[in-house]
Amino acid sequence: MGMTISEKILSAHAGAEAYAGDIVVAEIDHAMGQDGTTPLSIRAFQRMNGKRLKHTDRVSLVIDHSAPSPNEGVSALHKMMREFADEMGCNLYDIGEGICHQLMPERGHVVPGDLIVGADSHTCTYGALNAFSTGVGSTDLAAVWLTGKLWFRIPPTKRIVFRGRLPRGVYSKDMMLSAIGKLTADGCTYETVEIIGSTVTQMSVDARMTMSNMVVEMGAKAGIFECDKKVLDYVSSRTNRRPRPESSDPDAIFSRTINMSVSNLTPMVAKPHAVDNVAPVDSVLDVPIQQAFLGTCTNGRLEDLRIAAKILKEKRVKEGVRLIVAPASRDIYLDAMRLGIVQALVKAGAVIVTPGCGCCVGTHNGIPSDGENVISTANRNFRGRMGNSRSFIYLASPATVAASALQGRIADPREAIA
Amino acid sequence: MILRGKAHKFGDSINTDYIISGKYKFKTLDMDELAKHVMEDLDSNFYSKITPGDFIVAGRNFGLGSSREQAPLAIKHAKISAVIAKSFARIFFRNSINTGLPILICPEADRIGQGDDLAVDLSTGVIRDITKNIELKAELLPPIMINILEDGGLAEHIINHGGFAL
Repeated sequence: MGMTISEKILSAHAGAEAYAGDIVVAEIDHAMGQDGTTPLSIRAFQRMNGKRLKHTDRVSLVIDHSAPSPNEGVSALHKMMREFADEMGCNLYDIGEGICHQLMPERGHVVPGDLIVGADSHTCTYGALNAFSTGVGSTDLAAVWLTGKLWFRIPPTKRIVFRGRLPRGVYSKDMMLSAIGKLTADGCTYETVEIIGSTVTQMSVDARMTMSNMVVEMGAKAGIFECDKKVLDYVSSRTNRRPRPESSDPDAIFSRTINMSVSNLTPMVAKPHAVDNVAPVDSVLDVPIQQAFLGTCTNGRLEDLRIAAKILKEKRVKEGVRLIVAPASRDIYLDAMRLGIVQALVKAGAVIVTPGCGCCVGTHNGIPSDGENVISTANRNFRGRMGNSRSFIYLASPATVAASALQGRIADPREAIA
Repeated sequence: MILRGKAHKFGDSINTDYIISGKYKFKTLDMDELAKHVMEDLDSNFYSKITPGDFIVAGRNFGLGSSREQAPLAIKHAKISAVIAKSFARIFFRNSINTGLPILICPEADRIGQGDDLAVDLSTGVIRDITKNIELKAELLPPIMINILEDGGLAEHIINHGGFAL
């Protein structure tokens, strides 16, 4: 019987052939935790009488959600993480290194065929590298630290096939927002989404990560791309671990296949207060904005910063608009400086903050005020997400965010590029 | 075990940021403190309306969003005895079982009214709405989840069995 990528990866890690709906206990290749979730994992690990990690080299902790610490409470939790990492001998990426979902692939912790879990819902990002990766809670993470394993129900797979050439000014973020609008916030609950087609094979690994990152906004457990030379080149420069690429068999069973043509796609936005509240940018052009945010595990990579800098170069952000930029990692920050991207952004009026998650998750680094509108490259726009339940968040591509920052209202990036 | 309490109704797509707001979620490990802010952005007095043992009754996709276990823990520490919803988001579903918060998938949850008096039998999944005098049935959980819930959560499950007992 034919198998999907998910069935193959989970079977290989469980040591037995298993199909959608089966429950397996599988070996984990890497387990990641961040500062919002790891402290609870440490508590759970202690409750399980954990003394040492099953595999020290398969555990990474990242301080990114409130980095550097904005208050005493968080400082105590960070200290707890540092002491735990020191005692256990695992990786710790401290403040300023970057966002967990950028660091995991960037520092070589992910190769094709891997099974990875992280105590953060956007762990699905590494599917861009042909890995099965999914978000879990703190207690699940502690169980992995202790046993090296976790139980899974093997998900059914939906396929989204993207065909056609992306028009100028339209990007992978717009494709994904369009798919989420169509399938809705619970359209893929407990499923894997396989993203294939001629459009995505043309895309960079960065652009693919934007899409795998957001599959959880449709309720999915994982979002997986096929492996190709771009993926192999990406991982080979970062690790000596052997890639084990997987692709779905021709006779594998899919719960549904959705065909989407991108040839006529326009820039899209997700309007407050839901990610599936998606509309073409034309329908919101009159919305004034007070803050624009470029960054996050969705769109804080070099390609994203470059696209925004191209639009902002030698221009000036509209008076009254705060443009906040958080590169997704220190390495991206350094590359962006080397390429003059940071200089272009800062000259245009941007404020660069520490690589991390703060602005997106509302812990610090740009909490909007009452009644303000924010246009952001993030993946969530729930009420209160950025730390104020009386503000309004619109999600869009880096190009739309940059164009909007110049206009002081939501703008069509195709005009800024033309 | 039969749980008794009042229904507190919520709509569809109650996300983890609503369950415990961004302002508080990553600041402390004191779940009793977090519990005071549960659902605050939707109803600023919600915590004060809870009588220990009450239920949250909601629509589709309850708990979508973040993987934070603070969400089910804040509900549990607010003394809510179980969450009944038409459907749940995946990670919240797992986290609830792992932290010992009972959850019931009940496609007919809409029939329960605000403030209705409920009696819930966790072993059979039968939800009795005493106010309306109707009986609803919740879907059964996969066996591994029942095992974990019966052990009191995943930490206790691991201690009892020395690993995962399928």
